[in-house]
Amino acid sequence: MDEKRQTIVLSEEQKRRRRMRSIAIALALGALVILFYVVTLVKGPGVLNRPL
Amino acid sequence: MSLVSDSAEFATGGTASPRYEPSIASVGDYLSLMKPRVMSLVVFTALVGIMIAPGHIHPVIGFTALLCIAVGAGAAGTLNMWYDADIDAVMTRTSSRAIPRGRVAPGEALAFGAVLAAFSVGVLGLLVSWAAAALLAFTIFFYVVVYTAWLKRSTPQNIVIGGAAGAFPPVIGWVATTGGISLEPCLLFLIIFFWTPPHFWSLSLVRADDYARARIPMLPVVAGMQETRRQILLYSAVLVPVGAAPWLLGYAHVTYGVTAVVAGAAMVALAWRVCSEPEGERGGRAARRLFAFSIVYLFVLFAVLLVEDGLGVFIGRAA
Repeated sequence: MDEKRQTIVLSEEQKRRRRMRSIAIALALGALVILFYVVTLVKGPGVLNRPL
Repeated sequence: MSLVSDSAEFATGGTASPRYEPSIASVGDYLSLMKPRVMSLVVFTALVGIMIAPGHIHPVIGFTALLCIAVGAGAAGTLNMWYDADIDAVMTRTSSRAIPRGRVAPGEALAFGAVLAAFSVGVLGLLVSWAAAALLAFTIFFYVVVYTAWLKRSTPQNIVIGGAAGAFPPVIGWVATTGGISLEPCLLFLIIFFWTPPHFWSLSLVRADDYARARIPMLPVVAGMQETRRQILLYSAVLVPVGAAPWLLGYAHVTYGVTAVVAGAAMVALAWRVCSEPEGERGGRAARRLFAFSIVYLFVLFAVLLVEDGLGVFIGRAA
């Protein structure tokens, strides 16, 4: 059975915004990694001690 | 957020499939969903809760707590905008928000808000305290489900009860530092709780037509302008002793007490002006003035608490 296929072609503006969104996500994830690393250093062995 | 490739292909079969629209949202559109102006007040009150709490919290842990509370507030704001997109579209004040303007798809906003909520609560629990994380989760739930989805469209007491959501951040900050709750953070909670009605209703007096068009049962729409003004004055009068309570109960110094009484008196005076001015342009101006001053009121009270605490630490170290 033939399937009619359509293609979406993003405009330059859409590509630029998608790139910016991707960079923002990458920065947020990078910041999260750094945050966990720094907190691990600060807490030392107590990092696993999470009292209520 | 869009995951479509530069030339993504998709099949259209015999059944009608929804047309895929590539996202045109910018990073700024997503940030605007988090209600940055509301977030700034949340961050400040939470900072005061963290700082004035007894005991020591490492600056990095304190910063992490503040970051998580800010992101949690942003998550609640995003989920609020997702749920309220239909009424935002018909209100002048909110029609230019990212979802009604078509910049962010509702599904994208829902996913964004849910991810932020999960991350803020999870990170706060893992890195700071699960008690604070549980309180943050409850705050997000209260704002999104209790206030936005339930109270806002069903009762004129919506912002009175819903105001509790905005009153939790200093309590979360306190719990992040101490691990428990005492009377002091409850007083901070009560200040914001009783501050919310005169703050919000003064805005709703000016935007009553907007709320009526959106069928939101705000107090001016349901009970009328005069009753709303009376309630504003009543809550402002209650706010004076509540605002001064940290000093009256011995938790703050005299500087705070004088500030709270003077600022409270100014709040009541402005509320009285709202009551006494006739409807129309002059009444609207009085309501706007009260709205603007109420923000200053809350900021000043919490700032004095912060400064007094900072000076106390400074004096303690110098002695």
